[in-house]
Amino acid sequence: MLLASELSYGYASAGHPARSFMLDSVSLSVERGSLTGLLGPNGCGKTTLLKLLSGVLQPQRGVVSLNGASLAGRSRRDIARHLAVVPQETHPAFDYTVMEMVLMGRHPHLGPFELEGPSDLALAHDALSATGTEHLATRAYMTLSGGEKQRVVIASALTQSPDVLLLDEPTASLDLGYQLEMATLLRRLNLERGVTMVLATHDLNLAASLCDRLVLMRNGRVVAQGPTREVLTAATIRRIYDVDADVSFHAPAGHITVTPLRRVQ
Amino acid sequence: MSHSLAAAKTPAAGDAGTRAMPSPIRTRLLKSIVGFGLLAIVTCLVAPLIGSSPISLARVFDRSVPFSQNVDAQIFFVARMPRVVAGALVGAALATAGVVFQALLRNALATPFTLGVSAGASLGAMLAIVVGATVSAGPLSAVPLASLAGAGLAAAIVYRLATMQDRAMSTTVLLLAGVTLNSFFSALIIFVQYIADFAQLYRAMRWIMGDLDVGSFDPIVAALPMILIAFALFAWLPSSLNLLSVGADAASARGVDVGRTQRLAFVSASLATAAGVSLAGPIGFIGIVVPHLVRLIVGVDHRVVLPASALFGASFLVVCDLAARTLLAPLEIPVGVVTAMLGGPFFLWLLVRKG
Repeated sequence: MLLASELSYGYASAGHPARSFMLDSVSLSVERGSLTGLLGPNGCGKTTLLKLLSGVLQPQRGVVSLNGASLAGRSRRDIARHLAVVPQETHPAFDYTVMEMVLMGRHPHLGPFELEGPSDLALAHDALSATGTEHLATRAYMTLSGGEKQRVVIASALTQSPDVLLLDEPTASLDLGYQLEMATLLRRLNLERGVTMVLATHDLNLAASLCDRLVLMRNGRVVAQGPTREVLTAATIRRIYDVDADVSFHAPAGHITVTPLRRVQ
Repeated sequence: MSHSLAAAKTPAAGDAGTRAMPSPIRTRLLKSIVGFGLLAIVTCLVAPLIGSSPISLARVFDRSVPFSQNVDAQIFFVARMPRVVAGALVGAALATAGVVFQALLRNALATPFTLGVSAGASLGAMLAIVVGATVSAGPLSAVPLASLAGAGLAAAIVYRLATMQDRAMSTTVLLLAGVTLNSFFSALIIFVQYIADFAQLYRAMRWIMGDLDVGSFDPIVAALPMILIAFALFAWLPSSLNLLSVGADAASARGVDVGRTQRLAFVSASLATAAGVSLAGPIGFIGIVVPHLVRLIVGVDHRVVLPASALFGASFLVVCDLAARTLLAPLEIPVGVVTAMLGGPFFLWLLVRKG
């Protein structure tokens, strides 16, 4: 349903138009109801790829299409009705309540002068309950813990009623307990609600436990992509991270686990 | 995609009906507009009654006495009402410009005054006053036009600084940019004063202290088109400002055309600032005191904060002006001094609290 073909993108800096591409000929395909992980070292272009997939950035070459229609030339509002983004961290400048943050997800569905009505509120409550944050609805967002904030931002993205949810390192700033909770939440949203997700992460074990498919990147190029079990191997980890790792099936966890051993010189 | 999400795309009317949940935003908006609107109406009706010659509202509206013989009506409508209307318009314009700049720059300390936009507008207006320019474009006369040019220049510099980097401008950068622009424009204003003759200088000095004594409805009419355009543009902004204040990427991902919204916000806030400054001089701190007090009462949703700040800004400046002309009567304090006395400590308190 979400297709990227031959995407290239370079950031231009003052006086230096993009000379080399940050992303170079990246293609990937996301199936309806799937959970796709984007893996790769810092600066490999994961976040840029997510921005291209969400239409926040326009590719200099290549096409992103959703359900067969290209994103190019479509309004932000139109794209946001289909694609929602959960950034790494969200820091509002003002003290919004959780409910206000969640209701902002309805923005692309409302006219310029339209206020949200009962059906929008019902959707917000539904998203709060799906993310286990209904009891926080009247709290100020800034007073929440990191894990709660991330759940609220996911609820806000769900309120957008998207076809695809794009998550940028959803567990990056969370402690172990919240990381587990987040993984459980994402799995549940995928299994019970069929939410299609693409998540960029540094956490190989999170990716191994959650994702059906992985896209492994390095230096703006796709090194390998395919089903998790086939792609997540010691050889590919060595290729993209320069790290020797033990990759084995962990029976109690029920998924592949990756244990880094040493940096390859 | 699951049924639940598919259903979520087009919420069933039946479901909405059975839940029958109240819409807090509608209620809050209505309450705020009625509450702050009543306050503004009462303030604007009471303020002209108070002054050196006491008048009665009943006599003002007494139709049995012809206007030419009704001294109370003349004082009310001719002597005091233009000043009150100017106060209300300037207060509304500067307060809303503050709200818009704060959301746009994601910084609660951004105002037309702290950013240097007021100073830019002042320089423009000062030049027009000193040169005695008589240029006009349609209903706009020289002072508002020159003021707009100055505000536009300052806002363009701030816009360039703010959009140069992905991240929001830090408070430090923002305040330093404001200090720099303010010093720069102040130096130019001093230069303009230096080359002015004595009569022009007196007029310019009186104006730069912030003064709502507009004398007649003519300056109000001259500034009105700019205020109306600014307010019409503001009407498009509130829900986008909510998202922009969360972050540019977040706003874009929720369907906001960030570049267009930023330009619209800068243009409309500059227009409002220019209109306010051209009418009454650079009256400071309205753009910071009013939005903060309003947020304490109605919360931070810009769909409520923006109209509420317009109405409360109107009342606030009318009351400040009332204090300015009555506290030390018959001596009249420039209203800019009154707002600075209130706003200066308030600003410092905010800075300490933020730190």
